[in-house]
Amino acid sequence: MRDPRPGLPPSPARRRHGVLLAVALLLATGAAPAATLLPYEVVEDAIPRPLTDKPGDPQRGRAIALDRSKGNCVTCHEMPLRADFQGNLGPPLAGVGGRYNAGELRLRLVDSKRINPESNMPAYYKVEGLRDVRREFAGKPILEAQEVEDVLAFLLTLK
Amino acid sequence: MRARHLAGLAGGGVALLGLAVAALAQGGGEPQRAIPDPQSGRHFATPETLEIQDDDFQNPAFLWVEEGERAWSHAEGSAGKSCASCHGDAAESMKGVRARYPAFDAKKGRVVTLEQRVNICREENMGAPPLRIDSRPLNAMTTYLGLQSRGMPVQVDISGPARPFFDKGEDFYNTRRGQLDMRCGSCHEDNFGRHLRADLLSQGMSNGFPTYRLKEQRVISLQYRLQGCVNDVRGQAPPMGGEEFTNLEFYLAWRAQGLPVETPAVRR
Ligand code: HEC
Ligand code: HEC
Repeated sequence: MRDPRPGLPPSPARRRHGVLLAVALLLATGAAPAATLLPYEVVEDAIPRPLTDKPGDPQRGRAIALDRSKGNCVTCHEMPLRADFQGNLGPPLAGVGGRYNAGELRLRLVDSKRINPESNMPAYYKVEGLRDVRREFAGKPILEAQEVEDVLAFLLTLK
Repeated sequence: MRARHLAGLAGGGVALLGLAVAALAQGGGEPQRAIPDPQSGRHFATPETLEIQDDDFQNPAFLWVEEGERAWSHAEGSAGKSCASCHGDAAESMKGVRARYPAFDAKKGRVVTLEQRVNICREENMGAPPLRIDSRPLNAMTTYLGLQSRGMPVQVDISGPARPFFDKGEDFYNTRRGQLDMRCGSCHEDNFGRHLRADLLSQGMSNGFPTYRLKEQRVISLQYRLQGCVNDVRGQAPPMGGEEFTNLEFYLAWRAQGLPVETPAVRR
């Protein structure tokens, strides 16, 4: 169905859509070697297909959203869950799973600047186009592909 | 940079074109502040924190002030001189200095911070070794000096030869960086008054520095705070005392132009 192997030419279905194919195989500029990201396809304002074959786990996604070293989403967003403090730099996420479909939410997690170039929401699955990244994080996305799917599964429970 | 930022605020292409024309009509001359009417960090601090700041007997930074005052008239270095040997009474000679720093130094051909100015005096006039940036003795001296300008409006001179240094500072401010890909204004212009977890975002004004930080339980220099902000976006912070932060500090002073010097402020 889908091709998790990076570097392959776009399938006919992909070309038929005439869309951007974001194959993030680029080595990051600078010293640290870039992680190889799985390829994904942007169709309008969504990434319709999952990044991985394994379905996301909402429980794990919830933990990642709270974890400061992972998603840390509650630093900027109010979410319907218990946390000591929740920020409001971004919009509240209650009901967000009803406002957007899975593909739309996936693009917002992977690279929200594709929707709004001035967005202050970090791109969670991106390594190129960033500058002066602290060495320990250079060349790595904030979340792994499976973690993106986990967070997404959690967001979809917020109806 | 400025155009890019305004584009973000204005949104539409038509508005952008209008701004570009306006900028050309001005001859691209004077920089415009994104926050024309700035608010001090004290505006965003809790009443409990302000109570400590507003009482010199409670404010722990006064331990640094006293240390700085003692150092002022303490001879050090091969010339056998103290600051007082050249500058006399700090209450008179140092009044207003913090308010106009960072400043262009013609001899050095660049902008220097108050910290660097102290070290230039130490090395060139006293024959004493420079103090490490953000070290206790240097923070003590700059806190003492800053206090002599308390209440005076920040007023730095960005004209003439100082301008290229200002421009570089502005560029740094507006450049997205780090794994989180944020610019300084992502927090301090677009989102002041909102919360990042428990932190209420201020406009990131520099008029209270050096500042007593309750979390660190010590007086911190401005550039130490700047390193913290760059770290928070998972960025690689430039060294304290280096050119990039010096120019950024100069730009920040201009952003805070007109605000009263509040050294030593108290922050969470
Ligand atoms: C540094 C701040 C910040 C962090 C951290 C952050 N976001 Fe956001 N987010 C924003 C902002 C700001 C927006 C508003 C839209 C824009 O500017 O792109 C947004 C928008 C969104 C939206 C679209 C909401 C809507 O109603 O349109 C979703 C969904 C979202 N974020 C999910 C997340 C998740 C999940 C995480 C953590 C994995 C996260 N965000 C982390 C700042 C942040
Ligand atoms: C991810 C958000 C974020 C970014 C980006 C950020 N800061 Fe901050 N900054 C904070 C927080 C939180 C504080 C502490 C609360 C406050 O004063 O806003 C702070 C405090 C400050 C202060 C102290 C203000 C005071 O009154 O004590 C200054 C100055 C400052 N920042 C400057 C900067 C500069 C310059 C940059 C860019 C190099 C920057 N910040 C980037 C979050 C940020």
